[in-house]
Amino acid sequence: MAVISYIDAVTMAIREEMERDPKVFVLGEDVGKKGGVFKATQGLYEQFGEERVIDTPLAESAIAGVGIGAAMYGMRPIAEMQFADFIMPAVNQIISEAAKIRYRSNNDWSCPIVIRAPYGGGVHGALYHSQSVEAVFANQPGLKIVIPSTPYDVKGLLKAAIRDPDPVLFFEHKRAYRLIKGEVPTEDYTLPIGKADVKREGEDVTVITYGLCVHFALQAAEKLAGDGISVHILDLRTVYPLDQEAIIEAASKTGKVLLVTEDTKEGSIMSEVSAIIAEHCLFELDAPIKRLAGPDVPAMPYSPTMEKFFMINPDKVEKAIRELAEF
Amino acid sequence: MAIEQIKMPQLGESVTEGTISKWLVKAGDKVNKYDPLAEVMTDKVNAEIPSSFTGIIKELIAQEGDTLAVGELICTIETEGSTADETPANTEKPAAPATEDQSKAVSEKEQGQKARYSPAVLKLSQEHGIDLSQVSGTGAAGRITRKDLLKLIESGNIPKAGQKVEPAPSAAPKADEMPASTARPEPAPAQGQPSANIPVVPGDIEIPVTGVRKAIAANMLRSKHEAPHAWTMVEVDATNVVEYRNSIKDEFKKKEGFNLTFFAFFVKAAAQALKEFPQINSMWAGDKIIQKKEINISIAVATEDALFVPVIKNADEKTIKGIAREISELAVKVRAGKLRPEDMQGGTFTVNNTGSFGSVQSMGIINYPQAAILQVESIVKRPVVMSNGMIAVRDMVNLCMSLDHRILDGLVCGRFLARVKEIIENISKSNTSIY
Repeated sequence: MAVISYIDAVTMAIREEMERDPKVFVLGEDVGKKGGVFKATQGLYEQFGEERVIDTPLAESAIAGVGIGAAMYGMRPIAEMQFADFIMPAVNQIISEAAKIRYRSNNDWSCPIVIRAPYGGGVHGALYHSQSVEAVFANQPGLKIVIPSTPYDVKGLLKAAIRDPDPVLFFEHKRAYRLIKGEVPTEDYTLPIGKADVKREGEDVTVITYGLCVHFALQAAEKLAGDGISVHILDLRTVYPLDQEAIIEAASKTGKVLLVTEDTKEGSIMSEVSAIIAEHCLFELDAPIKRLAGPDVPAMPYSPTMEKFFMINPDKVEKAIRELAEF
Repeated sequence: MAIEQIKMPQLGESVTEGTISKWLVKAGDKVNKYDPLAEVMTDKVNAEIPSSFTGIIKELIAQEGDTLAVGELICTIETEGSTADETPANTEKPAAPATEDQSKAVSEKEQGQKARYSPAVLKLSQEHGIDLSQVSGTGAAGRITRKDLLKLIESGNIPKAGQKVEPAPSAAPKADEMPASTARPEPAPAQGQPSANIPVVPGDIEIPVTGVRKAIAANMLRSKHEAPHAWTMVEVDATNVVEYRNSIKDEFKKKEGFNLTFFAFFVKAAAQALKEFPQINSMWAGDKIIQKKEINISIAVATEDALFVPVIKNADEKTIKGIAREISELAVKVRAGKLRPEDMQGGTFTVNNTGSFGSVQSMGIINYPQAAILQVESIVKRPVVMSNGMIAVRDMVNLCMSLDHRILDGLVCGRFLARVKEIIENISKSNTSIY
C-alpha cells in the first residue's frame, strides 16, 4: 500500500471514477490546464481532455448551477469551489435546487452532484481563505456533507460521494492537503457516507470531532496516554446527517465528552452533536458536555498571533481533555 | 460589620451529615468565639457546634430537626468591627490566616463537590446499591466519578449503607472469588432499604430512623450478617465479690465521690484474662486476624432510646477504682450527650452490663469488628451445692459470651471464661486491692 498525501488521494479518487464512468466530469475555476490552485485536479485535463475537465468563469453560482443541471440530466459532475469561503454565491443553487429537487419532483428528478471545496484555516489565508462553512448547510435535508480526515477516508468517501444519487458537499481541509499522509490502497473501494469512524479506542474521555481536528486529537491523546489518560476518538466523517448511533455509543462509553471543531462555536456542527448526546445519554454522562471551538468572531484573523489564538491545536485539545479527565 | 456564615462542621471521619437537635442561641443573641451555638446529632455522636466568630446571631437558617450535609449553612453571624479588619491598613497581619481561610474555602468546596453526583454516577449507584456517602471520589474537588464506581464494582467491594468505607479495595475479596449467587450485589441493607410494607393505622406512631438509631441498626446488622456468632455461658460464684464490695462501698462513695460498682470488678477481671488470652483480643481483617496489643474495653451504656459503647483505654493497666471512675465518667457523658467520637474509638473487646436491668442470660451481638462480647448478668442469690456437699445460699452470676467463630473456637473461649470465673471467685478483701 502506498503512502500518499491527502490531496493526492483526492486526485486519485477523481481519476479512478472518471476512468470508471464516462459520465463523471470536473468543472471549476482553474481546474483544467492549471490543475487547480491546490493541484487537486493535476493531470486530469491531460488525461481526459477539456470536455471532461472544464475551466469555468469566476462565478460560483454558475459552477453550481451548471453542475446541478448536468446532474439532473444524468451526468455525474464534480464541481470545485476554489475555496469554501467562495461557495456563498452558490448557496441558493445548492440549497434551493440541489437539495430539494428529489423531494420537489416527487422522486422524478435527482441531482447526483459532488461539490468539492477546500475549507479551514491555519494557512495564513485570512478571512476569505480560512473559513469553515459546513454549518451553513447542516440543516438542509437533501444534502449530505462529508469532511474526511485521512487520505484513506478521502479516497473511499469521495468515490462514494461521486456514486451517491444525491448532492454531496465534500469539504477538504486545505492544511491537511500536504500535511497529512497515509496509506491508501490502489484498488477501488468506497466508504459508507453517514457513518462515523472510531480513530482511537479509549476509556477515560471521548473526543468527537472531524477533519483536521481529528489529527490534533490523536496527537493530544498520544501525549495524554503517557499520563495514564486514555482517550476515545470518534471521527464523524459525515457531519450531515450525523451518525447518531455512533455518537451515542462513543459518548456513553466514557461519560465525559469533548466536542472539537475549528468552526466558530455557536450553532456549529458540535452544537447538534451536543444536543444528540443530551437527548440520549443523560444517564451516562459523568461530566458536562464540553465544546472546544473557534471564538464567535466573524472570521479567521490574518495576524499570525491572532490566527493561532483562533485555531484549534493539539495543546488546546490536550488541555481540554485533561480538564475533563480530572473532573 | 460583616456577615459570617456558620456551616455544619465535620464531626468525625466518616460523618457526612448532622441533625440540629437543639438551638442554644436565637437571632439577636450576642455570642463569643467558641460559644456553643447548637446541639447536633450525627450517626456517631452528639456534639455542640461552637461559634467561629464573636458577634450577633443574624439568622438561624437551619431548623431544629433539620438534617444537613457537612458544609451546609446553618446560621449567619454579624461580626463587629470587622470593617477595620478589612481595610488595607491591616497589612501587617501575617499571611497565615489568609492561607487558613483559603484551605477552609477549599475544603468547603470539596464537600460541595463530593455531594454533587453526575447522572452516570447516580445511575450506577442505584443499579449496584452503592452508598455514595461512603465512596471517596478522585475527581476534581473530591467529586465521585463514574470511573470510581466502575472500579469499585469491578473490585466487588461495594460499600452498602451502614458500612465503613474500605479505602484500599485491594484487600477486599474479588467479585470473581465469590460464589456466583453472592457475586451479584444485593440491595443495600438497613437504611438503604425503603420502608417495609407495614400498614400504618391511625394511632400508630411513626418514628424516623435517624442518627444514632440508624448507626445502631447498621452496625448490628453488619455484625450479625458477617460474623458467625457462637454462644457460651458460665456460672460464677460472686459471693466473695459481693461481700467485699458491700463492705467498702459506702466509705468509697464518701471518699471518692462516685460509686464502686460490681461492673468495675468484672471489667478488671476481663482485662486481666484478656492479657493471658490475647486471641480473644483480636479482630477479623478479611485475609488475616489482627491481635491487638492494647486492651481497650468497650462498655455498653444505654440511654432511653439509644445505646453507646464508649471505651476504657488500656483497662489492663488500671485499678478497679480507676475503671470504676471511668465507667462513672463515661456514663455521665453519655447521659449528658457530651460523648465525643474519640471516646468511642479503639475498643478491642466489649463487656456489657446486662445485669443492670435484671437480665440473667442474654445473647449479645458482637461489637463489630471485635472478636467477642462478654455479658455480665444479674447477681442473684441461689441455693448451690458446695464442694463439701452442703447446700448454701450464694450470690451467683452468669457470664455469657458471644464469639465470632471465624476468629475463635469454643476451647479458647471456655478457657478464657474459666479464667475470668477463677479471678472473680478468688477476689477477696485480703488478696485484692481496689486501688
